[in-house]
Amino acid sequence: MLDNQGHPNRLGIWGWLGGGRWGFERYLYTLHRLTGLGLLCYFLLHIFVTSARAFGPEAWAASMARVSGPLFVVGEFLVFSAFAFHAVNGVRLVLVELGWAIGKPIEPIYPYRTSVHEQRPLALGVMVLAGLIVLAGGLDFFILH
Amino acid sequence: MTAPANVTFRIRRYDPATQQPPAWEDVTLPYTHGMTVLDGLRTIKETRAATLAWRSSCRMGVCGSCGMFINGHPRLACNTQITELGTSLVTVAPLPNFAIIRDLVPDLRPMFDAHAALMPHIIREDTTEMYEPTGEYFQNPHELEQFLQFTYCIKCGCCMAACPTVATDPAYSGPMPLAQSHRYNADSRDGGFHARKQVLATERGPWKCHYAGECSQACPKGVDPARAIQIMKRQLVFDYLRLYKQPCPSKVVAKPTEIKRRADVPEAPAATI
Amino acid sequence: MRDQRLWTWHVLAGLVILVFLGLHMAIMHLDVLLGIFNPGDPHPIAWANVVARAKTGFFTFSYIVLLGAALFHGLYGFRNILFELGPGPGVKRAANLVLTVGGLGLFVFGAWAAWAAGTLARTL
Repeated sequence: MLDNQGHPNRLGIWGWLGGGRWGFERYLYTLHRLTGLGLLCYFLLHIFVTSARAFGPEAWAASMARVSGPLFVVGEFLVFSAFAFHAVNGVRLVLVELGWAIGKPIEPIYPYRTSVHEQRPLALGVMVLAGLIVLAGGLDFFILH
Repeated sequence: MTAPANVTFRIRRYDPATQQPPAWEDVTLPYTHGMTVLDGLRTIKETRAATLAWRSSCRMGVCGSCGMFINGHPRLACNTQITELGTSLVTVAPLPNFAIIRDLVPDLRPMFDAHAALMPHIIREDTTEMYEPTGEYFQNPHELEQFLQFTYCIKCGCCMAACPTVATDPAYSGPMPLAQSHRYNADSRDGGFHARKQVLATERGPWKCHYAGECSQACPKGVDPARAIQIMKRQLVFDYLRLYKQPCPSKVVAKPTEIKRRADVPEAPAATI
Repeated sequence: MRDQRLWTWHVLAGLVILVFLGLHMAIMHLDVLLGIFNPGDPHPIAWANVVARAKTGFFTFSYIVLLGAALFHGLYGFRNILFELGPGPGVKRAANLVLTVGGLGLFVFGAWAAWAAGTLARTL
């Protein structure tokens, strides 16, 4: 009977990245996490910045002046892009993780067509849609203003 | 790819008796026609490194013993042709996300413990019938199709090695136990959804799965554990929202008493002994 | 039992955010293309527009719903990432406490700000 613990061999955080070896969905998983964290950080600050409107027009103007520089404009565009990806990928995840977009169980006959292949068109559609929304936002942010 | 003349095996060696950490060892062998990674390991053990340790048994991809990390992907060593790797340098390491006992032997006990905790067996109320059967449980082909794919699992651990959540979280059950739990939940003969739910609703359930899809891509038998886990999540979510009703387990079909031979089927010839 | 419930609410909150944050982004950042809910001024963040929106019950309600859903969704997601790194039980308990208390605190503050802005707007 084994009594030793064995040499530890978990991949750790590198297991979250693993890029290049695996499929498209692995990148989407990592990107979804990163955009989520980015949006959370922005959101927590956003609550304080926008609560100034409860204190009158001068407080509002001061708060908005603080977040109006060119760096902030670029930053807000990145937040908008992160939202576009996270939202559209999130819709895909709702469809996939509740078992709708992944196809029915089938008898496995080689070469195996897994649920990953079944939802691949949806994943690609998600990226295209997110890209279109980012373009629309970019138009509004940088060209039309 | 065209077959190389020689193949270099870069093997991760580790001996717990020494205090050395795991290290790589290179061995070059002449290529033989149809060589698999397992063939290479056996030749190395017979001719070069007699202390090399690994698990293997059937050498044909049905026992699930020889799961290893070959050229950066979890695969079965017996099922991996050298020519399919596309290179003459073959890196062989033990399956990641499991502790290493020795050389290429991973400690699979956490996976089997999680598996046992999820009750991978038929659970029914009529235990007398289960242990002293009077007939068969009825199951039609459509009901079989709901779980048949997940029965092909050979418990090799390749999906666990590929999963990003298993890579960091020891509390997560992993794709194999969860998919096997769903295999029984989806089996129409089983009535144990609420019993398994006691474990599945906790942090050991499928909640840390985020559909990276790698378990299904790594699986050598096409079991598609990712599919099983997502279907199971839907059932658990609908159960929480009180929209899920577990179907009754299959009824017993009484043995037929009147069996008539079909008119077009001839009688068997008389016994000669 | 908790994880099953928390995850279900995480998904439902995500759907709520999709609707309300989508509307918010459309108002704020697709204003030249779509031009919705900015009656006072071309700039979406001008005081006139802020007042016009704060006066309506719909926007006050929407902001509070969005605040609650986004705080829950975001903090639960952060908790997921944190817990998947395999911390000890003490760290988990502390994180649960900090995230719950912090989240509730932020919600109370944000909801008050939305309600107070509405009251102020109605006097202008």
